[in-house]
Amino acid sequence: MFQFIVRRLLQLIPVLIGVTILVFSLMHLSPGNPAHIIAGESAPPDTVEQIEERLGLNDPIPVQYFNFVKDAAMLDFGNSWRTSLPVSEELWPKFWVTFELAVYSTLFSIFLGLIAGIISAVRKYSFADVSIMLIALFGLSMPNFWFGLMLMQWFSIKLGWLPPTGWGTPEQIVMPVITLGTMGAAVIARMTRSSMLDVISQDYIRTARAKGLGERIVIYRHALKNALIPVVTVVGLQFGSLLAGAVLTESVFAINGMGKLIIDRILARDFPVVQAAVLVIAIVFVFVNLIVDISYKFLNKRIDLE
Amino acid sequence: MRAEQVNNVMTQKTDHPFTRSLKDFYSKLRKNKSALVGGYLIIILVLIALIGPYLTSQTPEAVDYGVKLQGPSAEHWFGTDHHGRDIFTRVIHGLGITMGIGISATILGGIVGIFLGLISGYYGGKLDAIIMRMMDILLAFPGILLALALISILGANLRNVIFAVAIFAIPTFARIVRGSTLATKKLEYIDAMKALGASDTRIIFKHILPNILSPIIVQASLFIATAVLSASGLSFLGMGAQPPSPELGALLSDGRDFMWDAGHIALFPGLVIMLIVLAFNIFGDGLRDALDPKMKK
Amino acid sequence: MSEDIILDIKDLQTSFYLDDFEVKAVDGVSFKLPKGKTIGIVGESGSGKSITALSILRLLDHPGKVKGGEINFKGRDLTTLTDKEIRQIRGNEISMIFQEPMTSLNPVYTIGQQIRETLKVHQGLDKENGTKKAIELLKLVGIPSPDKRVKQYPHELSGGMRQRVMIAMALACNPDLLIADEPTTALDVTIQAQILDLINDLQDRLGMSVIMITHDLGVVAETCDYVAVMYGGKVVEYQDVKSLFRNPKHPYTVGLLKSIPRHDTDVDELEPIRGSVPSPKDMPKGCRFAPRCPFATELCMEELPSLDHVEGESEVRCWIYTDHWDGDAEVKAHGPKRVAQSN
Repeated sequence: MFQFIVRRLLQLIPVLIGVTILVFSLMHLSPGNPAHIIAGESAPPDTVEQIEERLGLNDPIPVQYFNFVKDAAMLDFGNSWRTSLPVSEELWPKFWVTFELAVYSTLFSIFLGLIAGIISAVRKYSFADVSIMLIALFGLSMPNFWFGLMLMQWFSIKLGWLPPTGWGTPEQIVMPVITLGTMGAAVIARMTRSSMLDVISQDYIRTARAKGLGERIVIYRHALKNALIPVVTVVGLQFGSLLAGAVLTESVFAINGMGKLIIDRILARDFPVVQAAVLVIAIVFVFVNLIVDISYKFLNKRIDLE
Repeated sequence: MRAEQVNNVMTQKTDHPFTRSLKDFYSKLRKNKSALVGGYLIIILVLIALIGPYLTSQTPEAVDYGVKLQGPSAEHWFGTDHHGRDIFTRVIHGLGITMGIGISATILGGIVGIFLGLISGYYGGKLDAIIMRMMDILLAFPGILLALALISILGANLRNVIFAVAIFAIPTFARIVRGSTLATKKLEYIDAMKALGASDTRIIFKHILPNILSPIIVQASLFIATAVLSASGLSFLGMGAQPPSPELGALLSDGRDFMWDAGHIALFPGLVIMLIVLAFNIFGDGLRDALDPKMKK
Repeated sequence: MSEDIILDIKDLQTSFYLDDFEVKAVDGVSFKLPKGKTIGIVGESGSGKSITALSILRLLDHPGKVKGGEINFKGRDLTTLTDKEIRQIRGNEISMIFQEPMTSLNPVYTIGQQIRETLKVHQGLDKENGTKKAIELLKLVGIPSPDKRVKQYPHELSGGMRQRVMIAMALACNPDLLIADEPTTALDVTIQAQILDLINDLQDRLGMSVIMITHDLGVVAETCDYVAVMYGGKVVEYQDVKSLFRNPKHPYTVGLLKSIPRHDTDVDELEPIRGSVPSPKDMPKGCRFAPRCPFATELCMEELPSLDHVEGESEVRCWIYTDHWDGDAEVKAHGPKRVAQSN
């Protein structure tokens, strides 16, 4: 187990190097001279030169990359080209908003997905099962930004029950979480169902029945615990993609999170902020995947040897 | 009758591995109802996208301020937008654009991914390790984020959306193809081919690729669904197709601005996106079940 | 049969209902099991022997259903019990062990937890007493250092050890009847003998009755008092074990005995039974074995014989032993075994 963790951590190194190179090149591949963007189109040449010097743009590329990684490791992403504020100052408040949104949405999708998946599996081919799987298929195929708009139309515009925009109050949280969490719920429901069905046909379930256990105990104690192991992986992956998928949801509900920040700053050509935001999300994503991998291995080690 | 039989024998004899593989694929497809339903849905959508634009009475850009923001009516089935454009016409035109983006991004990224997966799986060793680490790096970015990052450099337009979505298709295809290649490589007849002195290129493209066509088609179908969602999402954010393009995501973006006055504008483009995605998801799901009986239980 | 009968199965019918047809997996099985004795149910795969066993405890998987007959256990017909009543019997009065020890234990619970569960459900033992009892049981089935084993997970044990755990679990509540469904098939030969010895030994000590499901006549010889031979969902022969080996009556049993190596006769060549087991979708109209039987007549092909007594307690389902037999007179006079040998 310890060996596995060490190996996984070592594997992470090339990935992190690759990710940072990719993100670093973002700025360098972008058209236009950063110094020009900062100083404005009509700035005198010596001002531009000064800025170039300050940003280290005249250093060789590898040196610039090294400095970028070194600073990023200290969570220093430089200053915004637009507001001149340190990027991390702009980033963190928005990161937490998005993080919150992703966490709530994940919890929502786990809750809904597990219940739906279990009902489906336990009552295989029943009306409930067929309906749940059909709804899940729609949930999987629905553009969530459109779903968000439709929720807004009903619950904010037509019924006036929930505020159409913003983030913070419980009322504001409801629609964005449903919007973002629905697809995850659909994925988890499908995964739970197939995993449960797989487990229910296992020999040890027959053993549990042969012991005289009630069907409830057989399903919830013997089947569910085994069935959840593969679901853990899906949940982890969901969380990562929700973090990125939040971009659309934030846009729909005008939530002031990372996603909105990324879009705004892409339009404003404020690359340090875009760079930092992309890097932070990618790194969180990588580490969530690592945790998922390790926990899967941990949960699965008892089965592994068979 | 006799001629037909002879013909059959002839075609069987001369069947190219690809043809054989496609026939095998079709026979499996026919056995799965949901794959068939999905397949028909896709065909219908493609037909509408191809023929529909010639059948609509208006052009998607025809502006008529006399009828702006009207709800659905006999004249305008899906209503009109803030410029009085007929939404039905725009959606029919947009269907082709959105589906086209999804399909071409999948084909583009798919080809690169398949190629990388094939050589990775076939040659193994260092090459495999390098390619797969590169794929890991691409997979470290959640799909839409990678697309956004690329678009921020390349600029927001329709072509770049295709390109950006294609990039994140690459690792998913590469992984699946690599796995299937590894499994196929172990088959005895591949060894026999090698012993007979067949070149690597010949083995890879003539013997391995046809064998792994089925999982590739499943993956392509499921990825087109993802690609359509991502591409229309990007356009919705203003990072893709630009107005006045009737791309469905862009239409939704228009619709959002008029949520309070004309809810119908956002309704129909979204439904059509869902229909496209649904069709490819059903097709891909059904096909996967048909190909992997273990999953069907 | 004057002894106490603990299990009396009469005309058991179990079918699997598939999309558009019914598969009669068990089609009119009857046998009796005296208290404290072992009956072997022998047959090839697909003969319905495992389905018979699962039917007793109503453990059939989804499309399978007991549709007729009686299963009388200690005076109660198990087929008429409610789900709750049958659960009180499972693992308590009737226990079962299975073919695959590797997959029959739940991988996410310890051995102790799994044994304790049975004790809790039927005897209400708490954790402490349950663990004590679990350790005793593990000791009983010959597992070394049981106090350590209770805390281990199934994957930490070998196949033979796991089957011992299954047996310990089955014995937890002193069952009157143990159903062993091919308990040694998945194990190494040396381990097989150990497990069979263990079952024999425990049966003597605890006085329980055993149903031994197997395709292996060697296992039957070693463990059983009575044997029911199954073919095509029906019992074709029922005898005590000595008579069966000395004087098999049904041509199928004769064939089975000839197809296994024996060290007590001089037969040089093993003779497999020609043909293959009929598909349940396509059962022969008459005697199920007729298409493969060397003595089959037109009557055998057309009409199904009944299971009748011949010579005391022995029962056989074959036209040869009836007055209707119009085939080879020599077979009638000397029995299929002699005739088969001389050929």
